[in-house]
Amino acid sequence: MIDPKELKYTKTHEWVRYEGDAAFVGISDYAQHALGDLVFVNLPEPGDEVEAGEPFGDVESVKAVSDLFSPVSGEVLEINEELLDAPQLINEQPYEAWFIKVGGITGEEEMMDAESYDAFCEEEEGNE
Amino acid sequence: MEKKTPLYDTHVKYGGSIVEFGGFLLPVQYETGIKKEHMAVRTQCGLFDVSHMGEILVQGPKALDYLNYVLTNDFNGMKDGRARYSPMCNENGGTVDDLIVYKRGDNDYFVVVNAANKDKDYAWMKDKEAEGVEVTDVSDQYGQLALQGPKAQEILEKLVPADMIPAGYYTANFEGEINGIPCIISRTGYTGEDGFEIYMAADKAPEFWETLMEAGKEEDLIPCGLGARDTLRLEASMPLYGHEMNDEISPKTAGLGFAVKMDKPEFIGKEAMEAAMPLKEKRVGLKAVSRGILREHCEVFNDGKLVGHTTSGTFMPYLGGSYAMAILDADQTEVGNKLQVVVRGRSIDVEVVPLPFYKRDQK
Repeated sequence: MIDPKELKYTKTHEWVRYEGDAAFVGISDYAQHALGDLVFVNLPEPGDEVEAGEPFGDVESVKAVSDLFSPVSGEVLEINEELLDAPQLINEQPYEAWFIKVGGITGEEEMMDAESYDAFCEEEEGNE
Repeated sequence: MEKKTPLYDTHVKYGGSIVEFGGFLLPVQYETGIKKEHMAVRTQCGLFDVSHMGEILVQGPKALDYLNYVLTNDFNGMKDGRARYSPMCNENGGTVDDLIVYKRGDNDYFVVVNAANKDKDYAWMKDKEAEGVEVTDVSDQYGQLALQGPKAQEILEKLVPADMIPAGYYTANFEGEINGIPCIISRTGYTGEDGFEIYMAADKAPEFWETLMEAGKEEDLIPCGLGARDTLRLEASMPLYGHEMNDEISPKTAGLGFAVKMDKPEFIGKEAMEAAMPLKEKRVGLKAVSRGILREHCEVFNDGKLVGHTTSGTFMPYLGGSYAMAILDADQTEVGNKLQVVVRGRSIDVEVVPLPFYKRDQK
């Protein structure tokens, strides 16, 4: 899967898509592939505060749990309830499966564009 | 330093994700992923490398007496080729390991032990050696594959004559042969499905793997890793050493009383287990009834009061839903009892359910 060019990416493999002042957050194809079949998602509630670089929830595969790190600081406006019942959507369509919509953004993690992120992933793979 | 099974290169070739387990490098899954591998075993067939398991011979005129003393089960009256599961206890009634004993012939027993415990088991068993018994570690000589699923027999019948296949569960044929190579074909497994565990000379394991994969093409046979091995055994409520029992947990607490024959005159751990009756704690099954996945080593509460801990837990691919096994205070173990399990700070509602969670005849 080619990483969409309009998104920004973090070192912890989350992507961000801005729509106006709000940010949608998901995980990349690299991440979903590394995690394997996801069977559960733990998300915050609308109204919760999230902080850039800090965990805002987690995803579970059959064997393991992985934290999701927020790329931005702000307030959770909406969560994607569809993922709660169908976590496999994250594996199937990682760039459509957003976890949270964040508003009132006051800060951001350092992020990469698609090209830099692709290079970053290749390096990670090489180091395994 | 981790060891490789004879099939390491094969796993890499088939796209396995290699991890360390019990001192060995083995695939946790292949590209298919744990869920698909689990479902393959429940619906058609899967192939596992289980060469890391240990094999120990117990031989000599006093072999039967030795087994009856060192292990908790009763080994009298076994026909050649019969297998019997047994815990092995220490003097405190705790469990050293759980294992399977095959009778190859009079005075000749083939014992299969957990990979992670092999050195410990061998040292323990060797220490109890006495006149008339010889204990030998032959683990390095053998490779082992597990062919598990409803189509397992169909696949095997393409490779061997039907009468070479043991008919009954927990029986084995020590005179098996595939591609002209000798092997042991055992109707046993750790998945809750019908299937076989096949033992061969270690250097022949890769050939057996390729032969079975080829034979199973029509039945969609796929390789499966340790991840699916664990979810399958847990879904079938089979205990795993280090989880449901250990040096401190007795087989009776773990619900393995069927393999502990208290009417034997003497065996290691008998006195301690007798003194521990009635049991203060028991293994049960828990089913999550609110959102969340139950995991191992989590605390179990009854309205704020700590009543036990989970020993294994996961999301079950076939049953769909999260289940766990737990050791609870004896008065909390009634089926239907409503409790809470705290997983990473979050409380999940559970209910005590009967074991096993999954039984193949009830599909």
